[in-house]
Amino acid sequence: MRRLTLILIPYFWLLALFLVPFAIVFKISLSDVELAIPPYTPTLDLSEGWAGFKSFLAGLDFENFTFLTTDDLYWKSYLSSLRIAIISTVLTLFVAYPIAYGMAKAPKHWQPTLLMLVILPFWTSFLIRVYSWMGILSTEGYLNQLLLGLGVISEPLAIMNTNTAVYIGIVYTYLPFMILPIYSALERLDESLLEAAEDLGCSRISAFWLVTIPLSKTGIIAGCFLVFIPVMGEFVIPSLLGGSQTLMIGKVLFEEFFSNRDWPVASAVAVILLLILIVPIILFQRNEQKQREADG
Amino acid sequence: MKRLSWFNATSLTLGFAFLYLPMVILVIYSFNESKLVTVWAGFSTKWYGELFRNDAFLEAAWVTLRVAVISSTIATVLGTMAAYVLVRGGRFAGRTLFSGMIYAPLVMPEVITGLSLLLLFIGIGLDRGVLTIVLAHTTFSMAFVAVVVSSRLVTFDKSLEEAALDLGCSPFSAFRLVTLPIIAPAVISGWLLAFTLSLDDLVIASFTAGPSATTLPIKIWSSIRLGVSPEINALSTILIALVTIGVITASLASKRALMRQQAEEMAAERT
Repeated sequence: MRRLTLILIPYFWLLALFLVPFAIVFKISLSDVELAIPPYTPTLDLSEGWAGFKSFLAGLDFENFTFLTTDDLYWKSYLSSLRIAIISTVLTLFVAYPIAYGMAKAPKHWQPTLLMLVILPFWTSFLIRVYSWMGILSTEGYLNQLLLGLGVISEPLAIMNTNTAVYIGIVYTYLPFMILPIYSALERLDESLLEAAEDLGCSRISAFWLVTIPLSKTGIIAGCFLVFIPVMGEFVIPSLLGGSQTLMIGKVLFEEFFSNRDWPVASAVAVILLLILIVPIILFQRNEQKQREADG
Repeated sequence: MKRLSWFNATSLTLGFAFLYLPMVILVIYSFNESKLVTVWAGFSTKWYGELFRNDAFLEAAWVTLRVAVISSTIATVLGTMAAYVLVRGGRFAGRTLFSGMIYAPLVMPEVITGLSLLLLFIGIGLDRGVLTIVLAHTTFSMAFVAVVVSSRLVTFDKSLEEAALDLGCSPFSAFRLVTLPIIAPAVISGWLLAFTLSLDDLVIASFTAGPSATTLPIKIWSSIRLGVSPEINALSTILIALVTIGVITASLASKRALMRQQAEEMAAERT
Protein backbone atom coordinates (compact mmCIF):
# COMPACT_ATOMS: atom_id res chain seq x y z
CA MET A 1 0.00 0.00 0.00
CA ARG A 2 2.75 2.41 1.03
CA ARG A 3 4.79 1.35 -1.94
CA LEU A 4 1.87 2.15 -4.19
CA THR A 5 1.49 5.72 -2.86
CA LEU A 6 5.23 6.18 -3.18
CA ILE A 7 5.01 5.25 -6.86
CA LEU A 8 1.76 7.03 -7.60
CA ILE A 9 2.57 10.53 -6.32
CA PRO A 10 5.62 11.28 -8.54
CA TYR A 11 4.03 9.25 -11.35
CA PHE A 12 0.88 11.34 -11.41
CA TRP A 13 2.81 14.57 -11.04
CA LEU A 14 4.83 13.73 -14.14
CA LEU A 15 1.83 12.49 -16.08
CA ALA A 16 -0.12 15.66 -15.31
CA LEU A 17 2.68 18.18 -15.79
CA PHE A 18 4.93 16.49 -18.32
CA LEU A 19 3.03 14.05 -20.53
CA VAL A 20 -0.42 15.70 -20.66
CA PRO A 21 1.09 19.07 -21.70
CA PHE A 22 2.74 17.34 -24.68
CA ALA A 23 -0.59 15.86 -25.67
CA ILE A 24 -2.04 19.38 -25.56
CA VAL A 25 0.78 20.76 -27.71
CA PHE A 26 0.14 18.00 -30.22
CA LYS A 27 -3.59 18.70 -30.23
CA ILE A 28 -3.14 22.45 -30.71
CA SER A 29 -0.67 21.85 -33.52
CA LEU A 30 -3.59 20.27 -35.39
CA SER A 31 -5.95 23.18 -34.66
CA ASP A 32 -6.56 26.42 -36.54
CA VAL A 33 -5.61 29.88 -35.41
CA GLU A 34 -8.52 32.07 -34.31
CA LEU A 35 -8.89 35.62 -33.02
CA ALA A 36 -10.19 34.58 -29.61
CA ILE A 37 -9.05 33.62 -26.15
CA PRO A 38 -7.52 31.07 -26.23
CA PRO A 39 -6.47 31.91 -29.82
CA TYR A 40 -7.18 28.58 -31.49
CA THR A 41 -10.09 26.42 -32.57
CA PRO A 42 -11.66 23.91 -32.02
CA THR A 43 -11.82 23.43 -28.27
CA LEU A 44 -13.16 20.23 -26.81
CA ASP A 45 -16.66 20.79 -25.40
CA LEU A 46 -17.46 17.83 -23.14
CA SER A 47 -20.98 19.02 -22.38
CA GLU A 48 -22.06 18.10 -25.90
CA GLY A 49 -20.99 14.51 -25.37
CA TRP A 50 -20.10 12.24 -28.26
CA ALA A 51 -21.25 14.69 -30.95
CA GLY A 52 -19.02 17.36 -29.43
CA PHE A 53 -16.08 14.98 -29.51
CA LYS A 54 -16.75 14.11 -33.17
CA SER A 55 -16.95 17.73 -34.26
CA PHE A 56 -13.79 18.34 -32.24
CA LEU A 57 -11.95 15.59 -34.14
CA ALA A 58 -13.30 16.87 -37.46
CA GLY A 59 -11.79 20.28 -36.72
CA LEU A 60 -8.28 18.87 -36.51
CA ASP A 61 -6.01 18.66 -39.54
CA PHE A 62 -2.38 18.75 -40.57
CA GLU A 63 -2.68 22.19 -42.14
CA ASN A 64 -0.06 23.77 -39.86
CA PHE A 65 2.46 21.11 -40.76
CA THR A 66 1.80 21.68 -44.46
CA PHE A 67 2.23 25.38 -43.78
CA LEU A 68 5.66 24.69 -42.22
CA THR A 69 6.81 23.03 -45.44
CA THR A 70 5.56 25.82 -47.70
CA ASP A 71 7.18 28.73 -45.86
CA ASP A 72 10.94 28.30 -46.23
CA LEU A 73 11.63 30.24 -43.00
CA TYR A 74 10.81 27.09 -41.03
CA TRP A 75 12.80 24.39 -42.78
CA LYS A 76 15.70 26.82 -43.14
CA SER A 77 15.56 27.40 -39.39
CA TYR A 78 15.55 23.67 -38.66
CA LEU A 79 18.52 23.11 -40.98
CA SER A 80 20.36 26.11 -39.60
CA SER A 81 19.73 24.97 -35.98
CA LEU A 82 20.99 21.53 -36.92
CA ARG A 83 24.13 22.98 -38.52
CA ILE A 84 24.83 25.33 -35.60
CA ALA A 85 24.22 22.52 -33.09
CA ILE A 86 26.55 20.10 -34.90
CA ILE A 87 29.35 22.63 -35.45
CA SER A 88 29.20 23.94 -31.89
CA THR A 89 29.13 20.42 -30.42
CA VAL A 90 32.32 19.57 -32.34
CA LEU A 91 33.94 22.88 -31.30
CA THR A 92 32.99 22.31 -27.65
CA LEU A 93 34.45 18.80 -27.82
CA PHE A 94 37.77 20.15 -29.15
CA VAL A 95 37.96 22.80 -26.45
CA ALA A 96 36.79 20.50 -23.65
CA TYR A 97 38.89 17.40 -24.33
CA PRO A 98 42.33 18.93 -23.58
CA ILE A 99 40.95 20.53 -20.40
CA ALA A 100 39.37 17.26 -19.20
CA TYR A 101 42.59 15.43 -20.13
CA GLY A 102 44.74 17.93 -18.24
CA MET A 103 42.45 17.63 -15.22
CA ALA A 104 42.65 13.84 -15.21
CA LYS A 105 46.47 13.98 -15.49
CA ALA A 106 46.86 16.65 -12.80
CA PRO A 107 48.15 15.60 -9.35
CA LYS A 108 45.41 13.83 -7.37
CA HIS A 109 45.23 16.45 -4.61
CA TRP A 110 44.54 19.20 -7.18
CA GLN A 111 41.63 17.39 -8.77
CA PRO A 112 38.84 18.33 -6.31
CA THR A 113 39.76 22.01 -6.73
CA LEU A 114 39.92 21.77 -10.53
CA LEU A 115 36.58 19.97 -10.54
CA MET A 116 35.04 22.71 -8.43
CA LEU A 117 36.43 25.35 -10.80
CA VAL A 118 34.64 23.63 -13.70
CA ILE A 119 31.38 23.27 -11.77
CA LEU A 120 31.34 26.84 -10.42
CA PRO A 121 30.37 28.53 -13.74
CA PHE A 122 27.64 25.92 -14.09
CA TRP A 123 26.03 27.23 -10.88
CA THR A 124 26.35 30.82 -12.08
CA SER A 125 23.42 32.23 -14.00
CA PHE A 126 23.36 31.12 -17.63
CA LEU A 127 21.95 34.50 -18.64
CA ILE A 128 24.83 36.35 -16.96
CA ARG A 129 27.41 34.14 -18.65
CA VAL A 130 25.94 34.93 -22.07
CA TYR A 131 25.63 38.59 -21.12
CA SER A 132 29.32 38.76 -20.15
CA TRP A 133 30.22 38.18 -23.82
CA MET A 134 28.11 41.09 -25.04
CA GLY A 135 30.58 43.56 -23.55
CA ILE A 136 33.55 41.65 -24.93
CA LEU A 137 32.42 41.13 -28.51
CA SER A 138 30.61 44.38 -29.35
CA THR A 139 32.14 46.81 -31.86
CA GLU A 140 33.45 49.10 -29.13
CA GLY A 141 33.91 46.10 -26.78
CA TYR A 142 36.94 44.94 -24.82
CA LEU A 143 38.23 42.55 -27.48
CA ASN A 144 38.25 45.21 -30.18
CA GLN A 145 39.77 47.77 -27.78
CA LEU A 146 42.55 45.30 -27.00
CA LEU A 147 43.26 44.33 -30.61
CA LEU A 148 43.11 47.94 -31.83
CA GLY A 149 45.37 49.00 -28.95
CA LEU A 150 47.91 46.31 -29.83
CA GLY A 151 47.74 47.34 -33.48
CA VAL A 152 46.75 43.85 -34.62
CA ILE A 153 43.77 45.24 -36.51
CA SER A 154 43.03 48.70 -37.85
CA GLU A 155 39.25 48.31 -38.17
CA PRO A 156 37.09 46.91 -35.35
CA LEU A 157 36.01 43.32 -35.97
CA ALA A 158 32.30 42.75 -36.43
CA ILE A 159 31.78 39.64 -34.30
CA MET A 160 28.74 40.66 -32.29
CA ASN A 161 25.41 39.77 -33.96
CA THR A 162 26.97 37.11 -36.19
CA ASN A 163 27.03 33.33 -36.09
CA THR A 164 30.63 33.49 -34.81
CA ALA A 165 29.38 35.18 -31.64
CA VAL A 166 26.73 32.46 -31.31
CA TYR A 167 29.39 29.73 -31.55
CA ILE A 168 31.56 31.46 -28.94
CA GLY A 169 28.56 31.82 -26.62
CA ILE A 170 27.54 28.17 -27.00
CA VAL A 171 31.06 26.80 -26.48
CA TYR A 172 31.48 29.02 -23.43
CA THR A 173 28.19 28.19 -21.70
CA TYR A 174 28.08 24.48 -22.52
CA LEU A 175 31.76 23.75 -21.83
CA PRO A 176 31.20 22.27 -18.30
CA PHE A 177 28.62 19.81 -19.71
CA MET A 178 31.28 18.43 -22.05
CA ILE A 179 34.24 18.54 -19.62
CA LEU A 180 32.54 16.70 -16.75
CA PRO A 181 31.56 13.40 -18.45
CA ILE A 182 34.88 13.22 -20.35
CA TYR A 183 36.82 13.89 -17.17
CA SER A 184 34.95 11.19 -15.26
CA ALA A 185 35.70 8.69 -18.05
CA LEU A 186 39.40 9.68 -18.23
CA GLU A 187 39.78 9.67 -14.46
CA ARG A 188 38.84 5.98 -14.31
CA LEU A 189 41.31 5.12 -17.06
CA ASP A 190 43.89 2.58 -15.96
CA GLU A 191 47.38 4.06 -16.48
CA SER A 192 48.91 0.60 -16.88
CA LEU A 193 47.00 0.15 -20.16
CA LEU A 194 48.91 3.09 -21.63
CA GLU A 195 52.21 1.73 -20.31
CA ALA A 196 51.39 -1.65 -21.82
CA ALA A 197 50.66 -0.01 -25.18
CA GLU A 198 53.98 1.84 -25.05
CA ASP A 199 55.83 -1.32 -24.02
CA LEU A 200 54.34 -3.07 -27.00
CA GLY A 201 55.79 -0.45 -29.31
CA CYS A 202 53.06 2.15 -29.61
CA SER A 203 54.19 5.74 -29.85
CA ARG A 204 52.60 8.04 -27.27
CA ILE A 205 50.38 9.60 -29.92
CA SER A 206 49.13 6.31 -31.28
CA ALA A 207 48.62 5.02 -27.73
CA PHE A 208 46.41 8.08 -27.21
CA TRP A 209 44.38 7.31 -30.35
CA LEU A 210 44.20 3.57 -29.77
CA VAL A 211 43.73 3.42 -25.99
CA THR A 212 42.71 6.73 -24.41
CA ILE A 213 40.15 7.88 -26.99
CA PRO A 214 38.27 4.54 -27.21
CA LEU A 215 38.19 4.21 -23.41
CA SER A 216 36.78 7.71 -22.98
CA LYS A 217 34.15 7.07 -25.66
CA THR A 218 31.13 6.92 -23.30
CA GLY A 219 32.17 10.26 -21.81
CA ILE A 220 32.54 11.83 -25.25
CA ILE A 221 29.15 10.51 -26.36
CA ALA A 222 27.41 11.69 -23.18
CA GLY A 223 29.03 15.13 -23.47
CA CYS A 224 28.06 15.51 -27.14
CA PHE A 225 24.42 14.69 -26.42
CA LEU A 226 24.35 17.01 -23.42
CA VAL A 227 25.48 19.83 -25.70
CA PHE A 228 23.73 18.94 -28.95
CA ILE A 229 20.19 18.36 -27.66
CA PRO A 230 19.67 21.58 -25.69
CA VAL A 231 21.52 23.68 -28.30
CA MET A 232 19.01 22.55 -30.95
CA GLY A 233 16.30 24.39 -29.03
CA GLU A 234 18.52 27.24 -27.80
CA PHE A 235 16.81 30.59 -27.58
CA VAL A 236 18.82 32.91 -25.31
CA ILE A 237 22.19 32.74 -27.09
CA PRO A 238 20.96 33.41 -30.66
CA SER A 239 18.70 36.20 -29.40
CA LEU A 240 21.43 38.00 -27.47
CA LEU A 241 24.59 37.31 -29.48
CA GLY A 242 23.23 36.37 -32.90
CA GLY A 243 22.16 38.72 -35.63
CA SER A 244 19.18 38.94 -37.93
CA GLN A 245 20.70 36.25 -40.18
CA THR A 246 21.06 33.79 -37.28
CA LEU A 247 18.16 31.41 -37.76
CA MET A 248 17.45 29.06 -34.88
CA ILE A 249 14.24 27.20 -34.32
CA GLY A 250 14.00 28.04 -30.60
CA LYS A 251 13.98 31.72 -31.50
CA VAL A 252 11.39 31.17 -34.25
CA LEU A 253 9.13 29.28 -31.84
CA PHE A 254 9.42 31.99 -29.20
CA GLU A 255 8.63 34.76 -31.67
CA GLU A 256 5.81 32.81 -33.32
CA PHE A 257 4.24 32.40 -29.91
CA PHE A 258 4.81 35.78 -28.29
CA SER A 259 5.05 38.21 -31.22
CA ASN A 260 2.76 36.62 -33.82
CA ARG A 261 0.51 34.92 -31.24
CA ASP A 262 0.08 32.03 -33.65
CA TRP A 263 -0.21 29.22 -31.12
CA PRO A 264 -1.09 26.41 -33.54
CA VAL A 265 1.98 27.11 -35.72
CA ALA A 266 4.22 27.48 -32.62
CA SER A 267 2.91 24.10 -31.42
CA ALA A 268 3.57 22.51 -34.80
CA VAL A 269 7.14 23.90 -34.69
CA ALA A 270 7.55 22.34 -31.23
CA VAL A 271 6.19 18.96 -32.38
CA ILE A 272 8.64 18.78 -35.30
CA LEU A 273 11.54 19.83 -33.04
CA LEU A 274 10.60 17.07 -30.62
CA LEU A 275 10.43 14.52 -33.46
CA ILE A 276 13.93 15.57 -34.58
CA LEU A 277 15.25 15.27 -31.03
CA ILE A 278 13.54 12.01 -30.05
CA VAL A 279 16.26 9.88 -31.67
CA PRO A 280 19.20 11.65 -29.95
CA ILE A 281 17.28 11.64 -26.63
CA ILE A 282 16.73 7.87 -26.82
CA LEU A 283 20.36 7.29 -27.85
CA PHE A 284 21.48 9.45 -24.91
CA GLN A 285 19.40 7.42 -22.46
CA ARG A 286 20.77 4.16 -23.89
CA ASN A 287 24.31 5.47 -23.42
CA GLU A 288 23.53 6.46 -19.81
CA GLN A 289 21.96 3.07 -19.16
CA LYS A 290 25.05 1.31 -20.51
CA GLN A 291 27.24 3.52 -18.36
CA ARG A 292 25.23 2.68 -15.23
CA GLU A 293 25.39 -1.04 -15.99
CA ALA A 294 29.16 -0.83 -16.48
CA ASP A 295 29.47 0.93 -13.12
CA GLY A 296 27.13 -1.40 -11.24
CA MET B 1 54.10 12.60 -7.50
CA LYS B 2 53.99 13.16 -11.21
CA ARG B 3 54.31 16.72 -12.47
CA LEU B 4 52.01 18.18 -15.08
CA SER B 5 53.39 18.00 -18.57
CA TRP B 6 53.88 21.25 -20.47
CA PHE B 7 50.96 20.47 -22.75
CA ASN B 8 48.53 19.71 -19.93
CA ALA B 9 49.54 22.79 -17.96
CA THR B 10 48.95 24.99 -21.02
CA SER B 11 45.55 23.51 -21.80
CA LEU B 12 44.43 23.87 -18.18
CA THR B 13 45.61 27.49 -17.99
CA LEU B 14 43.99 28.49 -21.29
CA GLY B 15 40.83 26.55 -20.47
CA PHE B 16 40.30 28.16 -17.09
CA ALA B 17 41.23 31.59 -18.45
CA PHE B 18 38.50 31.15 -21.06
CA LEU B 19 36.00 30.07 -18.40
CA TYR B 20 36.76 32.85 -15.95
CA LEU B 21 38.02 35.90 -17.86
CA PRO B 22 34.58 37.06 -19.12
CA MET B 23 33.18 36.97 -15.61
CA VAL B 24 36.23 38.73 -14.14
CA ILE B 25 35.86 41.53 -16.70
CA LEU B 26 32.16 41.78 -15.87
CA VAL B 27 32.92 42.14 -12.16
CA ILE B 28 35.65 44.75 -12.73
CA TYR B 29 33.46 46.90 -14.94
CA SER B 30 30.60 46.82 -12.43
CA PHE B 31 32.75 49.29 -10.43
CA ASN B 32 33.06 51.61 -13.41
CA GLU B 33 32.03 55.22 -12.92
CA SER B 34 30.92 55.72 -16.54
CA LYS B 35 27.47 55.02 -17.91
CA LEU B 36 29.23 53.59 -20.97
CA VAL B 37 30.03 50.08 -19.83
CA THR B 38 33.03 49.53 -22.09
CA VAL B 39 34.90 52.77 -21.28
CA TRP B 40 36.72 52.87 -17.94
CA ALA B 41 36.23 56.21 -16.13
CA GLY B 42 37.36 55.52 -12.58
CA PHE B 43 36.25 53.46 -9.58
CA SER B 44 32.74 53.87 -8.23
CA THR B 45 30.12 51.83 -6.39
CA LYS B 46 27.27 54.04 -7.51
CA TRP B 47 25.64 51.35 -9.69
CA TYR B 48 25.15 49.21 -6.61
CA GLY B 49 23.33 52.11 -4.99
CA GLU B 50 21.15 52.55 -8.08
CA LEU B 51 20.37 48.85 -7.99
CA PHE B 52 19.13 48.91 -4.41
CA ARG B 53 16.91 51.89 -5.17
CA ASN B 54 15.33 50.03 -8.08
CA ASP B 55 12.09 48.65 -6.66
CA ALA B 56 11.26 46.61 -9.76
CA PHE B 57 14.47 44.60 -9.39
CA LEU B 58 13.99 44.09 -5.66
CA GLU B 59 10.40 42.97 -6.19
CA ALA B 60 11.48 40.51 -8.91
CA ALA B 61 14.30 39.21 -6.70
CA TRP B 62 11.81 38.50 -3.92
CA VAL B 63 9.47 36.61 -6.28
CA THR B 64 12.42 34.62 -7.65
CA LEU B 65 13.61 33.66 -4.19
CA ARG B 66 10.16 32.52 -3.07
CA VAL B 67 9.64 30.48 -6.23
CA ALA B 68 13.09 28.89 -5.89
CA VAL B 69 12.68 27.89 -2.23
CA ILE B 70 9.18 26.43 -2.67
CA SER B 71 9.78 24.66 -5.98
CA SER B 72 13.14 23.16 -4.97
CA THR B 73 11.68 21.84 -1.71
CA ILE B 74 8.75 20.14 -3.46
CA ALA B 75 11.07 18.92 -6.22
CA THR B 76 13.42 17.39 -3.65
CA VAL B 77 10.60 15.44 -1.98
CA LEU B 78 9.16 14.24 -5.30
CA GLY B 79 12.58 13.60 -6.86
CA THR B 80 13.74 11.56 -3.87
CA MET B 81 10.53 9.52 -4.00
CA ALA B 82 11.00 8.97 -7.72
CA ALA B 83 14.64 7.94 -7.27
CA TYR B 84 13.66 5.50 -4.51
CA VAL B 85 10.98 3.99 -6.74
CA LEU B 86 13.39 3.68 -9.66
CA VAL B 87 16.21 2.07 -7.67
CA ARG B 88 14.32 0.06 -5.04
CA GLY B 89 10.79 -0.20 -6.43
CA GLY B 90 11.38 -3.33 -8.48
CA ARG B 91 9.17 -3.94 -11.48
CA PHE B 92 5.78 -2.32 -11.87
CA ALA B 93 3.47 -1.56 -14.74
CA GLY B 94 4.60 1.53 -16.66
CA ARG B 95 8.13 1.55 -15.25
CA THR B 96 9.67 2.32 -18.65
CA LEU B 97 7.34 5.28 -19.11
CA PHE B 98 8.16 6.43 -15.58
CA SER B 99 11.93 6.37 -16.07
CA GLY B 100 11.49 8.01 -19.47
CA MET B 101 9.52 10.85 -17.90
CA ILE B 102 12.19 11.20 -15.21
CA TYR B 103 15.11 11.47 -17.61
CA ALA B 104 13.52 13.32 -20.54
CA PRO B 105 13.28 16.75 -18.82
CA LEU B 106 17.07 16.71 -18.36
CA VAL B 107 17.65 17.24 -22.06
CA MET B 108 14.30 18.62 -23.21
CA PRO B 109 14.72 22.04 -24.87
CA GLU B 110 13.28 24.63 -22.52
CA VAL B 111 11.12 26.23 -25.21
CA ILE B 112 9.17 22.99 -25.58
CA THR B 113 8.72 22.45 -21.82
CA GLY B 114 7.69 26.07 -21.36
CA LEU B 115 5.23 26.09 -24.26
CA SER B 116 3.60 22.81 -23.23
CA LEU B 117 3.14 23.87 -19.62
CA LEU B 118 1.69 27.23 -20.63
CA LEU B 119 -0.84 25.52 -22.89
CA LEU B 120 -1.77 23.20 -20.02
CA PHE B 121 -2.27 26.09 -17.58
CA ILE B 122 -4.41 27.97 -20.07
CA GLY B 123 -6.32 24.78 -20.86
CA ILE B 124 -7.31 24.24 -17.24
CA GLY B 125 -7.89 27.95 -16.67
CA LEU B 126 -5.14 28.48 -14.10
CA ASP B 127 -4.10 32.13 -13.75
CA ARG B 128 -0.43 32.64 -14.44
CA GLY B 129 1.61 33.82 -11.46
CA VAL B 130 3.81 32.49 -8.69
CA LEU B 131 1.87 29.21 -8.50
CA THR B 132 2.32 28.33 -12.17
CA ILE B 133 6.06 29.13 -12.09
CA VAL B 134 6.42 26.93 -9.00
CA LEU B 135 4.60 24.04 -10.72
CA ALA B 136 6.76 24.38 -13.84
CA HIS B 137 10.04 24.62 -11.95
CA THR B 138 9.17 21.70 -9.69
CA THR B 139 8.46 19.52 -12.70
CA PHE B 140 11.73 20.11 -14.52
CA SER B 141 13.99 20.23 -11.47
CA MET B 142 12.64 17.06 -9.85
CA ALA B 143 14.29 15.16 -12.70
CA PHE B 144 17.67 16.56 -11.67
CA VAL B 145 17.05 15.67 -8.01
CA ALA B 146 16.02 12.14 -9.02
CA VAL B 147 19.25 11.63 -10.98
CA VAL B 148 21.48 12.90 -8.17
CA VAL B 149 19.69 10.88 -5.47
CA SER B 150 19.41 7.68 -7.49
CA SER B 151 23.15 7.67 -8.22
CA ARG B 152 23.70 7.68 -4.43
CA LEU B 153 21.03 5.03 -3.81
CA VAL B 154 22.61 2.69 -6.35
CA THR B 155 25.95 2.65 -4.53
CA PHE B 156 24.70 2.06 -1.01
CA ASP B 157 24.27 -1.31 0.64
CA LYS B 158 20.68 -2.55 0.53
CA SER B 159 21.32 -4.99 3.38
CA LEU B 160 21.42 -2.10 5.88
CA GLU B 161 17.77 -1.37 5.11
CA GLU B 162 16.89 -5.05 5.26
CA ALA B 163 18.60 -5.36 8.65
CA ALA B 164 16.49 -2.48 9.98
CA LEU B 165 13.34 -4.16 8.68
CA ASP B 166 14.37 -7.50 10.25
CA LEU B 167 14.89 -5.76 13.57
CA GLY B 168 11.30 -4.60 13.56
CA CYS B 169 11.43 -1.17 11.91
CA SER B 170 8.44 -0.17 9.83
CA PRO B 171 9.37 0.57 6.20
CA PHE B 172 8.87 4.27 6.83
CA SER B 173 11.04 4.43 9.94
CA ALA B 174 13.68 2.26 8.21
CA PHE B 175 13.76 4.90 5.49
CA ARG B 176 13.90 7.75 8.00
CA LEU B 177 16.48 6.20 10.35
CA VAL B 178 18.74 4.30 7.93
CA THR B 179 18.29 5.33 4.30
CA LEU B 180 17.75 9.06 4.69
CA PRO B 181 20.88 9.78 6.78
CA ILE B 182 23.00 7.90 4.24
CA ILE B 183 21.56 9.61 1.17
CA ALA B 184 21.29 13.00 2.93
CA PRO B 185 24.31 14.59 1.13
CA ALA B 186 22.78 13.67 -2.24
CA VAL B 187 19.38 14.98 -1.17
CA ILE B 188 20.96 18.27 -0.08
CA SER B 189 22.94 18.67 -3.29
CA GLY B 190 19.77 17.79 -5.21
CA TRP B 191 17.96 20.59 -3.40
CA LEU B 192 20.79 23.03 -4.14
CA LEU B 193 20.75 22.04 -7.80
CA ALA B 194 16.98 22.49 -8.02
CA PHE B 195 17.29 25.82 -6.22
CA THR B 196 19.88 27.25 -8.62
CA LEU B 197 18.06 25.87 -11.68
CA SER B 198 14.98 27.74 -10.54
CA LEU B 199 16.88 30.96 -9.78
CA ASP B 200 18.50 30.79 -13.17
CA ASP B 201 15.61 29.89 -15.43
CA LEU B 202 14.49 32.42 -18.02
CA VAL B 203 12.72 30.53 -20.80
CA ILE B 204 10.28 28.39 -18.80
CA ALA B 205 9.53 31.31 -16.47
CA SER B 206 8.81 33.58 -19.49
CA PHE B 207 6.13 31.15 -20.63
CA THR B 208 4.60 30.45 -17.22
CA ALA B 209 4.87 33.86 -15.51
CA GLY B 210 1.96 36.26 -15.68
CA PRO B 211 1.75 40.03 -15.35
CA SER B 212 1.33 39.62 -11.58
CA ALA B 213 4.71 37.95 -11.08
CA THR B 214 8.01 38.72 -12.80
CA THR B 215 11.19 36.86 -11.91
CA LEU B 216 14.68 38.33 -11.82
CA PRO B 217 15.90 36.55 -15.00
CA ILE B 218 12.90 37.94 -16.93
CA LYS B 219 13.73 41.41 -15.61
CA ILE B 220 17.42 41.03 -16.53
CA TRP B 221 16.44 39.71 -19.95
CA SER B 222 14.22 42.66 -20.85
CA SER B 223 16.96 45.03 -19.74
CA ILE B 224 19.93 43.42 -21.55
CA ARG B 225 18.06 43.01 -24.82
CA LEU B 226 18.70 46.73 -25.20
CA GLY B 227 22.45 46.27 -24.62
CA VAL B 228 24.96 46.18 -21.77
CA SER B 229 24.21 48.31 -18.72
CA PRO B 230 26.29 49.03 -15.61
CA GLU B 231 23.38 48.24 -13.31
CA ILE B 232 23.14 44.72 -14.71
CA ASN B 233 26.90 44.37 -14.23
CA ALA B 234 26.45 45.25 -10.56
CA LEU B 235 23.56 42.79 -10.20
CA SER B 236 25.59 40.06 -11.94
CA THR B 237 28.51 40.70 -9.60
CA ILE B 238 26.28 40.23 -6.55
CA LEU B 239 24.86 36.99 -7.97
CA ILE B 240 28.33 35.67 -8.91
CA ALA B 241 29.60 36.49 -5.40
CA LEU B 242 26.67 34.70 -3.75
CA VAL B 243 27.14 31.59 -5.89
CA THR B 244 30.90 31.53 -5.28
CA ILE B 245 30.48 31.82 -1.51
CA GLY B 246 27.74 29.17 -1.57
CA VAL B 247 29.72 26.64 -3.64
CA ILE B 248 32.93 27.09 -1.64
CA THR B 249 31.09 26.79 1.70
CA ALA B 250 29.26 23.68 0.50
CA SER B 251 32.45 22.01 -0.74
CA LEU B 252 34.33 22.83 2.51
CA ALA B 253 31.42 21.46 4.55
CA SER B 254 31.27 18.24 2.56
CA LYS B 255 35.06 17.86 2.81
CA ARG B 256 34.85 18.23 6.60
CA ALA B 257 32.01 15.69 6.77
CA LEU B 258 34.07 13.26 4.71
CA MET B 259 37.10 13.70 6.97
CA ARG B 260 34.99 13.18 10.08
CA GLN B 261 33.53 10.03 8.57
CA GLN B 262 37.00 8.71 7.76
CA ALA B 263 38.20 9.51 11.29
CA GLU B 264 35.22 7.64 12.75
CA GLU B 265 35.86 4.66 10.52
CA MET B 266 39.52 4.56 11.57
CA ALA B 267 38.52 4.80 15.22
CA ALA B 268 36.02 1.99 14.72
CA GLU B 269 38.67 -0.20 13.11
CA ARG B 270 41.05 0.34 16.01
CA THR B 271 38.61 -0.80 18.68
